[in-house]
Amino acid sequence: MTERLIELKDIKKSYGNVYALGGVDLWVDKGEVVGLIGDNGAGKSTLIKILAGAVRPSGGEILVRGKKVFGWSAARSREAGIETVFQDRALAMQQSIVRNIFMGNERTNRFGFLKVAEEVREADRLMREIGFTSKVFTPHSIVGQLSGGERQGVAIARAIYRAADLIVLDEPTTALSLAETSKVFHFVRQVKANGRSIVFIGHNIHHVFDIADRFVVLDRGRVALQAGRDQIKTAEDLIGYMEHVAHQGRLAADGSLAKGVAR
Amino acid sequence: MIRIREGALTVQGSETNWRHPQEQPLRRLISDNRAALGSLTVFVAMLLIFTVANPKVFTTWALYSSVFTTLPVAIFLTVALVFIVTVGEIDLSFPATMGFAAWMFALIVKAGYDPGLGFAAALISGALLGAFVGSLVVYANLSSLIATLGMNFVLRGLIQIFTEGKSIALVSLGDTFLFKLFSSELWGIPVQIVWAILFTVFAAYLFNRHRFGVHVHIVGDNPDSAAQMGIDVKQVRVMSFVFVGVAAGIAGVFSTMINFTWWPTAGDGYLLPVLASVFVGGTPTWGGVGTVVGGAIGALTVSFIQTGIVGAGLSGFYIQFFNGLIIILSLLGHRWNQIRYR
Repeated sequence: MTERLIELKDIKKSYGNVYALGGVDLWVDKGEVVGLIGDNGAGKSTLIKILAGAVRPSGGEILVRGKKVFGWSAARSREAGIETVFQDRALAMQQSIVRNIFMGNERTNRFGFLKVAEEVREADRLMREIGFTSKVFTPHSIVGQLSGGERQGVAIARAIYRAADLIVLDEPTTALSLAETSKVFHFVRQVKANGRSIVFIGHNIHHVFDIADRFVVLDRGRVALQAGRDQIKTAEDLIGYMEHVAHQGRLAADGSLAKGVAR
Repeated sequence: MIRIREGALTVQGSETNWRHPQEQPLRRLISDNRAALGSLTVFVAMLLIFTVANPKVFTTWALYSSVFTTLPVAIFLTVALVFIVTVGEIDLSFPATMGFAAWMFALIVKAGYDPGLGFAAALISGALLGAFVGSLVVYANLSSLIATLGMNFVLRGLIQIFTEGKSIALVSLGDTFLFKLFSSELWGIPVQIVWAILFTVFAAYLFNRHRFGVHVHIVGDNPDSAAQMGIDVKQVRVMSFVFVGVAAGIAGVFSTMINFTWWPTAGDGYLLPVLASVFVGGTPTWGGVGTVVGGAIGALTVSFIQTGIVGAGLSGFYIQFFNGLIIILSLLGHRWNQIRYR
């Protein structure tokens, strides 16, 4: 039996009388890669902001390892081991990999001086853990010299260092080349192999299909599909289903059936 | 459909003896200090040219001794300004801060108290002025270029109003312990330069190996990500201004000790040479990277230009021209020596 890391139950979020999320269930098990797909405005970013504690849900409950958590906040989210890697990646391009991994969390002695050797060792270990074993780069390399995929790797390594059991990757492959994307996938598979979980958000259905164990399709603030890899055989199935959902959704919107999903 | 094969690009296999260039200590030292080494090259080249032009003057110790007496003041200021430029701001108020802090020092010494107390007062007033101008920039969200320029005039104006342009002579200073500690000679070497070197080493450690210095780098590089990762961006910025204020206090005391006199214009002449030194030293203007040791070498270069040109037998009319020429040439050199990553 796999351990349930986090469970969001019937999460609602409304801005005024506009529903961004109208009762969404999402759970993540240990060592699982969940692919979160959805069109623009489907509520993906609202959902991950709620997961990160940046946005307060209007309704619903959040369970961490089976226990209900009250007063969900950014601090609680971090305590639960959730770390979000946002799209802009938040890296300092002119600084080294070590400095980026330990950004805001430097290891120092009591006078505030850095324990450089310890940090470099730890950075090296983290880079190995996610499979970032290029010979061209060391922990001292400047992040600006890295390719897009490798930068994503640095962000993932930092998320792991910040004690993440669950890493939320917000469109990590957007604007990356195929080779870069394959690098990100390599990192994600390594993270999974180490027993951590990932929520992978993507626009590109092929990318999400290649990496995820389970797919969650959001549509206009609701979960339109929740399916494991055993149910979806090819990316075309997924695309077909999404087109179906989009079509039906449009019908529903036209036919005033979309209760509470005013858009 | 395109399927992506994982690990297609990772290098397979590893030879155990192979070491990355950055893991070789000497290579690391060179690559980490590229800008500083560049400015050192500029200085050595300049000194060689001067020495060839007039071997007699440039092999006498008296010339170096006199430079080493006045140079430390510029080094204290330049080293601190490297922090401000790296954090992505600029401080043009340091000459007046220096004058003000030295004024506090002079008043206390003149009143008959121990110069050590005066030194402490100079440091504290420098820190407070730095905190004030820093808060003005950070919390009132003013452009640091304009706000600090205004602050420079305001402070200098206050000094002029209160002193009515009168200087303060400190005849008794020469017998005090603080003077012997900061301003005497040690085996024929002016002791000021020792303090300047110690300060530079301390600041270099603070800059590269301390949490504060690391945050200065990151805030100057990408303030948004720094904030996202939990760094107090505003505090780091204000603290950089405080650091310049403290350094200006030290510089003020040292400059007063050279002539045993405080002038209401104390510090004014340092504005442009010190700013030039920061950039000649190899700190770029865009923030996020900088070099403290390079800054100190830059101060050395800029201080030597004047002495060197006169020593080389040219008249004083050439000073400004060569000053500018060397600044521009070294900036061109640094441009070629460093790459900007975004």
